Amino acid sequence: MKEFDPGSNAASIISVTDRVRPVAIGMPVTSLYFLGDDAVFVGAEENVAIVNAAGEISRVAVHGGGILCAASDGARILMGGDDGKLVALDAKGEVTLLATDPKRRWIDNVAVHPDGAFAWSAGKTAFVRSGRAEEKSFDAPSTVGGLAFAPKGLRLAVAHYNGVSLWFPNMAAKPEVLEWAGSHLGVTFSPDNKFLVTAMHEPALHGWRLADIRHMRMTGYPGRVRSMSWSAGGKALATSGADTVIMWPFASKDGPMGKEPAMLAPLPARVSVVACHPKQDILAAGYSDGTILMVRLEDGAEILVRRRNGTAPVAALAWNSKGTQLAFAAEDGDAGLLEL
Amino acid sequence: MPDLTSQKIPVTVLTGYLGAGKTTLLNRILSENHGKKYAVIVNEFGEIGIDNDLIIGADEEVFEMNNGCVCCTVRGDLVRILEGLMKRKGKFDAIIVETTGLADPAPVAQTFFVDEDVQKNARLDAVVTVADAKWLSHRLKDAPEAKNQIAFADVIVLNKTDLVSKAELNEVEARIRAINPYAKLHRTERCQVALSDVLERGAFDLDRILEIEPEFLDAGDDHDHDHHHGHGHGHDHDHGHSHGGLKHYHDEDMQSLSLRSDKPLDATKFMPWLQNLVASEGQKILRSKGILAFSDDDDRYVFQGVHMMLEGDHQRAWKVGEARESRLVFIGRELPEQAIRDGFERCITT
Repeated sequence: MKEFDPGSNAASIISVTDRVRPVAIGMPVTSLYFLGDDAVFVGAEENVAIVNAAGEISRVAVHGGGILCAASDGARILMGGDDGKLVALDAKGEVTLLATDPKRRWIDNVAVHPDGAFAWSAGKTAFVRSGRAEEKSFDAPSTVGGLAFAPKGLRLAVAHYNGVSLWFPNMAAKPEVLEWAGSHLGVTFSPDNKFLVTAMHEPALHGWRLADIRHMRMTGYPGRVRSMSWSAGGKALATSGADTVIMWPFASKDGPMGKEPAMLAPLPARVSVVACHPKQDILAAGYSDGTILMVRLEDGAEILVRRRNGTAPVAALAWNSKGTQLAFAAEDGDAGLLEL
Repeated sequence: MPDLTSQKIPVTVLTGYLGAGKTTLLNRILSENHGKKYAVIVNEFGEIGIDNDLIIGADEEVFEMNNGCVCCTVRGDLVRILEGLMKRKGKFDAIIVETTGLADPAPVAQTFFVDEDVQKNARLDAVVTVADAKWLSHRLKDAPEAKNQIAFADVIVLNKTDLVSKAELNEVEARIRAINPYAKLHRTERCQVALSDVLERGAFDLDRILEIEPEFLDAGDDHDHDHHHGHGHGHDHDHGHSHGGLKHYHDEDMQSLSLRSDKPLDATKFMPWLQNLVASEGQKILRSKGILAFSDDDDRYVFQGVHMMLEGDHQRAWKVGEARESRLVFIGRELPEQAIRDGFERCITT
């Protein structure tokens, strides 16, 4: 609804860089999840690296090529690859093959439901498998750009060109289509199930209030939004794509309609990834110059986790479920763990 | 910029009307022993007879950008595929994008201008168009796609020359030159062209725009089978006329226009003029390229464009003794020639 105008200020800040335990992953990393106490770094191709509480690194082969997408419910990580396979890695480090595309198409997107159902897409087709039920599929009007399960019920949002289809895989009814011109590449439901937000190909977000399909345009980003994270309790949505963390307010029934976003932690670099703390009003932000900051949402107070190295952008950030550990990795595989 | 450019993966766009021989050329690129590994984005799986895990099927999805520019379209599927391929950087040296015979090359080319992430990792090397010597003249009359593909080309592989007579070959070549006098043209049978003439051309690379320079000039005939007439669109005839043994045609709706000046240009006038020109006439302008000499600037400035999109930068210092000449070319439909010429004249310092 509003454009924001990134300002700039820089102050000297507290550093915890000396408390970070460095981890050399030794391969490009694209995403990162905790399975129990283990931090799992998903590589750009073929392998994941599991770092246990003692700091030991073990590699597990998961794909025969590029790893294109990953999602986790905390118990396992699902990954899709350009080998046409969808696999799951559990906390014991065991890999299970969940699906193989018969035409060996790329598995572009994956999503996991808290009750164990999962979805993936290849080209225009989205698939869902839940419990003992048969696999269901849905053909979107164009290539699927993103997948997300609604927090309640078995409902899948399928982002595509010119909108999002909301699909109930276990119902015969045609999916409801939320239209908005342009290419939608990422999608997320607010934790209270009231809003749906997409990250578009152009540097903007689009949102819908699901009760009445009111539109919310969230623009002003200098770059594409690649990372979105809901704050604890879903009060705000933190996003990358600007030289500050952009936080859109979702606490009221109108969401960000007519409101300005909060702009936190400005730096002379682009925010590349954001991860909100699971319990407290704190977030971690990674930047294109390699900097990582922890930011208190209330007042924007910053703590330095990793100093800029001017080379590889931060590629992934993750908190463990208790919120006592933060793990990070840069695109080049330089990674670290911070115990709080 | 230059050091970054070298790390970007070169992309060759391979176009050509149905049956012209794209697949033959692609199979050669993939099977010949050239020591390079290519990732290939094809429009139809199965046509390629080679097993390669870096062959990816595309969907040819053309997306409009939400930026108010009507001709600003990109290939949405390409954005996604290139992003996926970048995870396997180091596993291949270059990318080839094959388009369907009916595709407009503009959205493919524009994908490399518009998308920030694509631009960061890949650069468009050249648009290579395979044309059928026997049928192209007909297609140019009845298929606008075929004409677009010729107009867009940096390199034209005029194939199946064994199926036509010498006179027919000259005829089709003259037809091609009427649309695009600036592309490098190779006459072939079964796409037997040296792959170095097709791949890694740097036609879109501003650092190497120099390479197109010979094509700017009317350098005479019999230079690697290139009979070109690079003096642009200076005639009003719509019939063929004989010119040094090769017929000279003018295409009814597709033209090229070249401008030059040996006096320096005023950058403060030229830049706004060029930007306004592509903003207002960008739908008509398919391709533009230029090497520019500005007053009070010791560097050569080079630019290239596709429709309304422009990309330009200082290239290098002018060399001692080098003629500081500005040259521009435009290829497009119904180009407002006089207005362009007049506008350009006003940018020349006096």
